[in-house]
Amino acid sequence: MQFSELWLRSFVSPALDSDQLGHLLTMAGLEVEEQDGVAAVFSKVVVAQIVEAEKHPNADKLRVCKVDAGQGELLQIVCGAPNAAAGIKIPCALVGADLAGFGIKAAKLRGVESFGMLCSAKELGISEESSGLLVLPEDAPVGNDLREYLALNDTLFTIKLTPNRADCLSLSGIAREVAGLTGAALSLPACEPVAPTIDATRAVVLDAPEACPRYCGRVIRGVDAKAPTPEWMKQRLARSGIRSISALVDVTNYVMLEIGQPLHAFDDAKLSGAIHARLPKAGEQLLLLNGQTITPAADTLLIADDSRALAMAGVMGGEESGITLDTTDLFLESAFFAPDAIAGRARAYGFSSDASYRFERGVDFALAPKAIERATRLILDICGGQPGPVVEAVATDKLPQRAPIRLRASRVRRVLGIQLGADDVAEMFRRLELDVVRDGDDFIVTPPSYRFDVEIEEDLIEEIARLHGYDNIPTHAPRGPITMLPRPEARRDTMSVRRLVAGREYQEVINFAFVEEAWEKDFAGNTDPVRLANPIASQMSVMRSSLIGGLVANVVTNRKRQTNRVRVFEIGRCFRRDPAGQPVEGFHQPIRLAALAAGFAKPEQWGEANRNVDFFDAKADLEALLLPRVAKFERATHPALHPGRSARVVLDGREIGFIGELHPIWVQRYELGTAPVVFEIELDAMLGTVMPAYREVSRFPAVTRDLALVVDQAVASASLLEGLEAVAPAIVQRVELFDQYQGKGIEPGRKSLAFRVVMQETQRTLEDAEVDAAMVLLTRHAEENLGAKLRG
Amino acid sequence: MDQLDQLVEEAGAAFAAVADSASLEAAKARYFGKGGSLTELLKGLGKLDPEARKAAGAEINKAKTAIEALLNARRDALQQAALEAQLAAEALDVTLPGRGAGLGGLHPVVRTLERVEQLFRSIGFDVAEGPEIETDFYNFTALNTPANHPARSMHDTFYLENGEGVLLRTHTSPVQIRAMQAHVAAHKDKPTMPELRVIAPGRVYRVDSDATHSPMFHQVEGLWVGETVSFADLKGVVADFLRSFFESDDLQVRFRPSFFPFTEPSAEIDVAFMSGAMKGRWLEIAGCGMVHPNVLRYGGIDPERYTGFAFGMGPDRLTMLRYGVNDLRLFFEGDLRFLGQFR
Repeated sequence: MQFSELWLRSFVSPALDSDQLGHLLTMAGLEVEEQDGVAAVFSKVVVAQIVEAEKHPNADKLRVCKVDAGQGELLQIVCGAPNAAAGIKIPCALVGADLAGFGIKAAKLRGVESFGMLCSAKELGISEESSGLLVLPEDAPVGNDLREYLALNDTLFTIKLTPNRADCLSLSGIAREVAGLTGAALSLPACEPVAPTIDATRAVVLDAPEACPRYCGRVIRGVDAKAPTPEWMKQRLARSGIRSISALVDVTNYVMLEIGQPLHAFDDAKLSGAIHARLPKAGEQLLLLNGQTITPAADTLLIADDSRALAMAGVMGGEESGITLDTTDLFLESAFFAPDAIAGRARAYGFSSDASYRFERGVDFALAPKAIERATRLILDICGGQPGPVVEAVATDKLPQRAPIRLRASRVRRVLGIQLGADDVAEMFRRLELDVVRDGDDFIVTPPSYRFDVEIEEDLIEEIARLHGYDNIPTHAPRGPITMLPRPEARRDTMSVRRLVAGREYQEVINFAFVEEAWEKDFAGNTDPVRLANPIASQMSVMRSSLIGGLVANVVTNRKRQTNRVRVFEIGRCFRRDPAGQPVEGFHQPIRLAALAAGFAKPEQWGEANRNVDFFDAKADLEALLLPRVAKFERATHPALHPGRSARVVLDGREIGFIGELHPIWVQRYELGTAPVVFEIELDAMLGTVMPAYREVSRFPAVTRDLALVVDQAVASASLLEGLEAVAPAIVQRVELFDQYQGKGIEPGRKSLAFRVVMQETQRTLEDAEVDAAMVLLTRHAEENLGAKLRG
Repeated sequence: MDQLDQLVEEAGAAFAAVADSASLEAAKARYFGKGGSLTELLKGLGKLDPEARKAAGAEINKAKTAIEALLNARRDALQQAALEAQLAAEALDVTLPGRGAGLGGLHPVVRTLERVEQLFRSIGFDVAEGPEIETDFYNFTALNTPANHPARSMHDTFYLENGEGVLLRTHTSPVQIRAMQAHVAAHKDKPTMPELRVIAPGRVYRVDSDATHSPMFHQVEGLWVGETVSFADLKGVVADFLRSFFESDDLQVRFRPSFFPFTEPSAEIDVAFMSGAMKGRWLEIAGCGMVHPNVLRYGGIDPERYTGFAFGMGPDRLTMLRYGVNDLRLFFEGDLRFLGQFR
């Protein structure tokens, strides 16, 4: 909402300068986004008339003008503007004038004396662009100060209104607000009834009274649609950002800006029969003023006559029933359309209008009869004509209701945390001119028809807070019962997991949760992803069910930017349809941790040969992240991964994720150079850890024996290890794999696995016999039950 | 006995002349070995009478001790020299970089979230989470958003195909409702519900994409409900947080009336820095207000008995201001040259 300070001050003029006024509005919730003078700072510029314009003797593009600037004698001024011509009125900066810091002096231009400067709109800071001199109206009084004449000592305010403050979408509304805030006197435009001089009317029928409970219409005959709009009106419109179109249209816009009621003028000659506010008929079409033909949806309210649809109610008029410069008889509409009947309609057809913007937020439902009088007055003054009587149709029971609200002064104090007495509250309500009945320390308030946002006690408390000033509410250090938050030791928080991952040299990234559909297929084998109904781009059309795609894309991005060693991780939600999903039924939305390592295993360096990162590097990272818990890694296939180099990760019998080298097909398709290694784990599995438990440390020596077993190559080392651990007697503290060997001395298709067995007792030194017995037991079990042979 | 003195002198010179321990042992043999000078002298004693033998023996032993001392001293010196030579040979170029891996880092926005969490935890706020695919009920209805509110349209909110009443949450505020419901359920048997203090950081989604808007971004929601919570407390907590977060006591903070369906009264929070590139400009940084009674009711809380405040901030914006990042899109591009600056 843009408006002129001078216009506002014609209704209320508190003793504040422009900056203070701007601050007042902002701090009352009418945020001033921009505040600018309508012209540059300048002085000694007057209205003048060019009496003579001769070609400059020494320059083709210059003219020597004789100018009447009301100084008693004509001034000789050299001017380069192409439109400088005898007869026109223009702004003239006199000698001694100051144009935004540029002083005007008497000068010689190419040998001809010049006493002043003729100005363009741009030179005066009135507009951004201009071609030649600013031509003033013929009746502009020569010699008058230009700032006075054009009312340039004005400031344009642009305020950003929150959707609840539709009552401030007019100068009157803002003025009412300013008066309430400052206590300054308010004088709003009179909307005196205009007596009819003819008896022409049109009947009005409210076919959809919920949507349109009030409609005022009036016929005005014999208007001169070609009459010029007065300068003052054009200026106020222009300073509100509205272009002058024709007097009749300008009046409707002017009244909307002035008091907040959108109006529409029909060409009465193009109407037949009664006016209806109704919902569309099947197949009906309407050509709008913007040239768009719509087939109105069932919930789009129309204005129609007996034969056809005329306009989209409260949104935009129809092309075929609108006024033109040839219109002589008009039908003026001033109606209340319910916000629910207008909201979203214009947008649904792809446009918006000043009228729909106001109606969908709420227009004062008592205003329509006043506004039609105000508009009639202005039309008669500017275009002439004979008005008929106002016809008002109203469905009183369908008008918005304003139920009384009880406000307790004690509640104000409690919610705002301020000391405010009931008398203070009473004074604030008086300034707001609210309809109030006092009941002890309580107030019974009936909200005004122009406020759609005052329904409950809290809404009134907000009004009081605004008037009191948010700045004047104290800033308390909060007080509250202090109790400690739980801190389970067997659980770590996500931040500490992040720090651990970062400690393994992974950089955290945040990728979009909506991804390319292909990623879902390639990296998660998901052909039925959760799809967005309204994605902003096709490559962001489905919700990810895995974080891997985003990490692979990070490799691509960084390789393009010459970074080939990429180690990244992300913690984020993944999404899948799941009938058992909670808390939002039908969707499983786990938070996962995924990491990817690509390129050299270590940063390129002088001390060791470079090698690419491999499965076991990433596995070591994952194992370290899970410590002290130990997961099992089981051979498994995954759509994203190399089938021989991937595993599922199992912790305490639960599958918590996977790890592996990216499938060579994707390495090639996504041009990744070398194969990245990735893992993806359920975050909650990373968060659980264990309470440490003490076990006695032995003071007696440990005995270590090695056991080399030959098995088929396909046997997983872990299965052998688990088999040994399962039967090991109590003295065996641990069994560790320390070597894997294939080649000379071992049959093809077989491999040797060497285990170190550490034995110890806490209470005594072990005897050779029990150590030997333990080794015999392990060896026999390996040979008899695990398909192994003692290496010879 | 000049002969013995001369012998000691000779031995000292001979030991000093050798350059390594092998030569030293050879030199030693000339005095103590079979046929060595001292050995021969001791052998010669047998030819003397007992009186003279005793005196001569003492003299010879004295010389022997002196020569041994010289030998040991030279031995030590040679060992020391050898050690020094070894150490010199083993010297490294200590300016070569260390071997092994470096450190990764947290995402800059996560850094901010971590600070936000730490600061609020310090005054007793717990951290809560909520789903990102959310129901229309939690995202809008329970937050007092009218049925025809523009925010509900497909121009603003991402909806799912074949998903009736579900959407991508447009803010973290639905966590308010979930947190209230969970809190009420946890304390339903107590005469007085303990205070609820919680923050909810997370990702949110809106149909918007340009230089200053990302279709996915972050919010942190805060909520404090209790029997005596007022707007003055809200101002206190938020101002304290902002000054702590930016580590700036002279940060200007102002509360300006605004509108959100889920708070009443509502405020927009602006800050102004007293130094730096943004000096003196009011910057919009958060929205807040007293929790709307309807929202408390949806959370299962009696608005007559309890009041509360809520606020919502943009961690992305906080991060940009804190580190001087000028383009929101950098946060979501995964460029390691950018992300690596926040280790």
